Amino acid sequence: MRSQELWRAEPGEGGESGWVPATERPGRIANTAIWLLLAVISVLFLLFLVAFISRAQLDDWPSLTGFGAPLADFRPLWLNSLLLLAASLALVDARRALAGANRQRLMLGILLAGAFALLFLIGQLRLWQLFEATGYALDANPASSFFYLLTGLHGLHLMGGLLVWGFLLGQLLALDQQQLPGHHFASSLQLCARYWHFLLLIWLLLFLVLTRTPETFRAIAAFCGLG
Amino acid sequence: MAYADQAENEAVHEPKSFFTRYIWSQDHKVIAIQYSLTAIFVGLIALILSGLMRMQIGFPGSLEFMDASAYYQAMTMHGMIMVIYLLTALFLGGFGNYLIPLMVGARDMVFPYVNMLSYWFYLLSVLVLLASFFVPGGPTGAGWTLYPPQSITAGTPGTDWGIVLMLVSLAIFIVAATMGGLNYVTTVLQARTYGMTLFRMPLTVWGIFMATVLALLAFPALFVSAVMMLFDKLLGTSFFMPAIVSMGQALDHQGGSPILFQHLFWFFGHPEVYIVALPAFGLVSDLISTHARKNIFGYRMMVWAIVAIGVLSFVVWAHHMYVSGMNPYFGFFFATTTLVIAVPTALKVYNWVLTLWRGDIHLTVPMLFALGFILTFLVGGLTGLFLGNVIVDVPLSDTYFVVAHFHMVMGVAPILVVFGAIYHWYPKVTGRMMNDCLGKLHFWITFLGTYAIYFPMHYLGFLGMPRRYYSFEGYEFIPDSAQDLNAFITVAALLVGVSQLLFLFNLFWSVRNGKPAGANPWQATSLEWQTPQTPPPHGNWGAKLPVVHRWAYDYSLPGMKADFVPQTVSDQELQRRRSREQVGGES
Repeated sequence: MRSQELWRAEPGEGGESGWVPATERPGRIANTAIWLLLAVISVLFLLFLVAFISRAQLDDWPSLTGFGAPLADFRPLWLNSLLLLAASLALVDARRALAGANRQRLMLGILLAGAFALLFLIGQLRLWQLFEATGYALDANPASSFFYLLTGLHGLHLMGGLLVWGFLLGQLLALDQQQLPGHHFASSLQLCARYWHFLLLIWLLLFLVLTRTPETFRAIAAFCGLG
Repeated sequence: MAYADQAENEAVHEPKSFFTRYIWSQDHKVIAIQYSLTAIFVGLIALILSGLMRMQIGFPGSLEFMDASAYYQAMTMHGMIMVIYLLTALFLGGFGNYLIPLMVGARDMVFPYVNMLSYWFYLLSVLVLLASFFVPGGPTGAGWTLYPPQSITAGTPGTDWGIVLMLVSLAIFIVAATMGGLNYVTTVLQARTYGMTLFRMPLTVWGIFMATVLALLAFPALFVSAVMMLFDKLLGTSFFMPAIVSMGQALDHQGGSPILFQHLFWFFGHPEVYIVALPAFGLVSDLISTHARKNIFGYRMMVWAIVAIGVLSFVVWAHHMYVSGMNPYFGFFFATTTLVIAVPTALKVYNWVLTLWRGDIHLTVPMLFALGFILTFLVGGLTGLFLGNVIVDVPLSDTYFVVAHFHMVMGVAPILVVFGAIYHWYPKVTGRMMNDCLGKLHFWITFLGTYAIYFPMHYLGFLGMPRRYYSFEGYEFIPDSAQDLNAFITVAALLVGVSQLLFLFNLFWSVRNGKPAGANPWQATSLEWQTPQTPPPHGNWGAKLPVVHRWAYDYSLPGMKADFVPQTVSDQELQRRRSREQVGGES
């Protein structure tokens, strides 16, 4: 109904259009803003990936997954993915707990989400160490440069998420043991969770793309007309 | 609770101290003024740089310090400052900030704190940029496009510090623009007052809104290229750097793709043209309609043209790269999209002219600038059609024809709108009028002067005079007479540059000494002119938000004595006014 109202009024016709500013639900404004922010971040990663795929066309592109390469074994990547997934799920559970007025589970969910996210970041740092140890330093070859750049950027975004998480945790700790936070907290938690899920998706996309072989990149590029 | 309800019920927290009111202000109007003054200040630096460059071209060797390096540094900083730090910041941060909340009937931006941060990040980016004048080696001289490998390879001025500061400054600017942009878009989408449907918004808001969407989606490309180039420069990666021998020594880089940078840069760079142009389109539409006392012709078409131009601007970028050796089929594709974008653009020009047609044209200073814009944009746009065609672009590429084209279309045209809009909205911002005589003098010198500068450049371009050259001595294909023309252009450029002092004087002098303006000196319809106080106080609307009943272009309605009906007038009220006038007429 709202979207119809947006477009229905005829210019110059006068009369009441029925448009009432913004929200009937709390947090509608923040909701719009967070979708916009996710769109901007998506474009950012998309452009990095386009750069990555077009750079991967050149002959000197080494495989990150070949024998002796740091990503020959996917297990550390899967482990990190599971950690990030667990962080997201913990936030989902926290939201459920808040809806069910279960204060203890809410606290547990939020603490676990932060812990898993931190573990994920540590896991990513260990990946970097692995790269370093196998001779794939930042400036060693274009593929590893992209790996550091993309995972680093993703990590920075997650740290931004952790800032908001810390803010939520602070709010929760400031309340009495039995007290449940209000609807403002609930909407912040919802937005925070959405951002974390989004970063999980971005990570899975990075995982998928970074572990492909040069042939796959050539195929993708040919498909997009870049080859 | 609806935002507006909230906005009505909450007490407006008026900031009390000098610092919270004028320095760390979260009021969109104060932030707009901060943005504008900073942008104008940094724009003046860029203007002075252009004067120095013109001295070298018109009168070679006249400035002792102007060697090749200094010339390239001046050129780079001039371009980057004008495009990003002046025009983008002024249109979005300045006009966007001031006008969006007032025109859509909001009390402020939806995130005032983020809005404040946006300005301080912008200021930081400007300071980082200006700091490069004071570091060893000076600012970068890589040209405003910063193409690698030359931008970070020894031999180009400023490869040690200058380029790093430039890239860092751009990254900070993008953070600032994103914070501002999220605010503007969300405010337009969610915080419009009662009855303000999207299709009742003034075209100014549409133009700034769409430009902001472009900025949000295009600036990441510049961010990506800046970050990757910083990695190449500081951490030794090879994203853009190919294997290269510099001054007899092989560098550590290998395998990078300079063309990739060009693609990323222009994926930002072309939408950037419209980030500057769309707000100008919007503002000038409102100027023309108000000062011709006529509704804008084809309002909906104008809106859809803005949207179409915005969308199309993302698929034309490689027309900046016809000579980069790309696949000829790409050239065909990008030439086609480039020519297609001329359709909605031409539609807008027709609609402006049709708005003027049989209008009650008041040749006020804002209207003069608006008319100047239409002409200038037309001239610059037509040469764009030349350059959009691959076969014409290839010989003209990197000549003064290109310089003339883009200065006309995205330098002079938007800046004419900036001036027109400042003269137009100044009474709302300060409560006083700017001096009319000085304004007209400023207009004529600027308008005629810029034609004296850029018209001859088209001809020089046809002669094949290359752009970006420090000195033109000893090129057989350039006739001696070209030097006379260059000297003429320089004189004109200096005159236009100095004449901007008229504007600056008027701007500051009128704050105290201008004629008191009243609430609505131009008798305009849009909401910002209907505020209870002028200049509008913190919170804009007093106790009650305005209610909107009509679009922003009800000028010269038939059967009405007053030639404008504000957006806040309801149909019943209009009926009452009509019958009152009829009764008055009969008696």
